[in-house]
Amino acid sequence: MAKRIEATNVSAYYGGFKAIENITLTVEPKTVTALIGPSGCGKSTFLRSINRMHEVLPGARVEGNLTIDNQDIYDRDVDVTAVRRMIGMVFQRPNPFPTMSIFENVVAGLRLNGVKKKSILEEAAERALRSANLWDEVKDRLGKPGAGLSGGQQQRLCIARTIAVEPQVVLMDEPCSALDPISTLAIEDLMFQLKDQFTIVIVTHNMQQAARVSDRTAFFSIEKTGDPGRLIEYDNTQKIFSNPSVKKTEDYITGRFG
Amino acid sequence: MGDTPQRSAHAGTGGITVATGHEWAAGASARVAETPGNPRTPVDNGMGGGGALPRARSFGAERAFRGLTLAAGTAVLVIIAAIAIFLIARAVPALRANTENFWTYEGWSPNEAQPKFGIGTLAFGTVLSSALALLIAVPVALGIALYLSHYAPRRLGTALGFLIDLLAAVPSVVFGLWGRDVFINPVRDFSAWLNEYFGWIPIFGGDGPFGRSIMLGSLVLAIMVLPIITSLSREVFLQTPTANEEAALALGATRWEMIRTAVLPYGRPGVIAAVMLGLGRALGETIALAMTLGITFGVSFNLIQNGGNTIAANIANAFGEANDTGRGALIASGLVLFTITLIVNITARVIIYRRREFTESAA
Ligand SMILES: Nc1ncnc2c1ncn2[C@@H]1O[C@H](COP(=O)(O)OP(=O)(O)OP(=O)(O)O)[C@@H](O)[C@H]1O
Ligand SMILES: [Mg+2]
Repeated sequence: MAKRIEATNVSAYYGGFKAIENITLTVEPKTVTALIGPSGCGKSTFLRSINRMHEVLPGARVEGNLTIDNQDIYDRDVDVTAVRRMIGMVFQRPNPFPTMSIFENVVAGLRLNGVKKKSILEEAAERALRSANLWDEVKDRLGKPGAGLSGGQQQRLCIARTIAVEPQVVLMDEPCSALDPISTLAIEDLMFQLKDQFTIVIVTHNMQQAARVSDRTAFFSIEKTGDPGRLIEYDNTQKIFSNPSVKKTEDYITGRFG
Repeated sequence: MGDTPQRSAHAGTGGITVATGHEWAAGASARVAETPGNPRTPVDNGMGGGGALPRARSFGAERAFRGLTLAAGTAVLVIIAAIAIFLIARAVPALRANTENFWTYEGWSPNEAQPKFGIGTLAFGTVLSSALALLIAVPVALGIALYLSHYAPRRLGTALGFLIDLLAAVPSVVFGLWGRDVFINPVRDFSAWLNEYFGWIPIFGGDGPFGRSIMLGSLVLAIMVLPIITSLSREVFLQTPTANEEAALALGATRWEMIRTAVLPYGRPGVIAAVMLGLGRALGETIALAMTLGITFGVSFNLIQNGGNTIAANIANAFGEANDTGRGALIASGLVLFTITLIVNITARVIIYRRREFTESAA
């Protein structure tokens, strides 16, 4: 159920502004890959290019080649909704559907896929909520609004919603940035479990988190404001954090630790 | 009315702001208490002199403002009560003089020596024409609103939105004239066509004449309420949080599925409010209907024959030559119209608040 993502010379634009340039990297199946780098270097932009969410913004476009198991996701004949179903996404701020109950939030994706049978939905919801470590906390109030949960619970609800449709890749854009340390740990644990099934790409500003959860780390950076972001170094997480081969990476990592 | 999610959010925070003010004061004194050395003596915190906590001012802008708003609120209530009493006082003698049943009599001749008038047919016409108008206008309005908010290029959406707002400002007498003199021709032809081919359906039956019918009135009404509903719904749809739209898209929703999952549920209370506002206008619409309906008294679902009447149109038509009893009768009919509008409004509120738990957390 996990797939390999290969990006070759991917550049992305916001109108006339080039946000990332010639990113080339391969994400292995069933691994956690962390994207790190200073603010504005294009991590989110790259992440959103992977599931074609970048092009949702007016004037935004992507160049280059992105494949998932050798299938070009930007091919003219590819159905963009199929791409997004295959590559799920968790956003920085928890964004449960405010008008829906917890249960309806979790099964929203399944409903979009046309699943109607109550028993199937219930089973899938429980499975997803258990995987997201949320089941015990919400099992007695599945009918209550999803927006009534705490921030950390909401984020896990969003994760449950994403994995309920069993995507093959899960993209996470700073999923813990709005969360307290305990919820953060819960989500990190979750990533360990999820990588048995899914390929995970996570953007994070937290070096320790990147070091803890990821197998491989990609360091992005920009020369100066207005320049496009570039991939500086991409290697095993251990190597990046102990013995990076590029000076810039080292500066960034050590700078963060003081 | 106008309970868009945005506004209810503000309404919700109104109370909280006041509470925060108190908390701040409590927090400040708590901080003071922690100061080592002088556990109870407040230090200067920028709010008042040293020594003791500042005393509540006996007269300040706060109190003056509170008094002013209270007075204004009371005045409104008093005025409303006075109007109600006046209206009822005028209506009751006329109702007493009525020699027929006010609810069921089909006709309106209150100016005669033996006054006869009934509200039934008028109330029926009011509800029927408004309901038909909404039936036509709401789907179209929501379609246009969604197109403007989520399909049209942003520039075009804004420009067209502005145009529709302008349409809402056209006075109803203009719509009435246009309906009576221009729009009536195609409607008459269409009615004749309907009658020829679908005459076996009772609502399209009859032998004419056609034209000044419930259909014409409802169509004109529909065109009149369309801009309000469109404009408000568009605002509501535009307020959908981008995060929710993106969440739906990221789950693999098409644009229409995204609208169904994120936009419509979020906008529901606002749309209901918009529809109710439109309905309010339709129910109370006077001159346009007085000019386009056939003005007959009778309960009939026939849509295309000359006929139809509403409470408001009847008031406009009959007020001029009404005597004392006649005016009282019209006032009584106005009170009935007011009650209908009130019931509609309350129903709308109930619908909106039943899902309050969800809509509030949405805001
Ligand atoms: N919607 C947008 N319109 C125009 N420019 C944008 C938009 N979103 C991002 N950018 C620009 O693209 C560049 C990359 O942004 P991006 O959000 O990918 O950075 P990031 O690495 O995710 O930063 P952060 O760590 O702060 O989230 C930035 O210069 C940013 O200003
Ligand atoms: Mg970002």
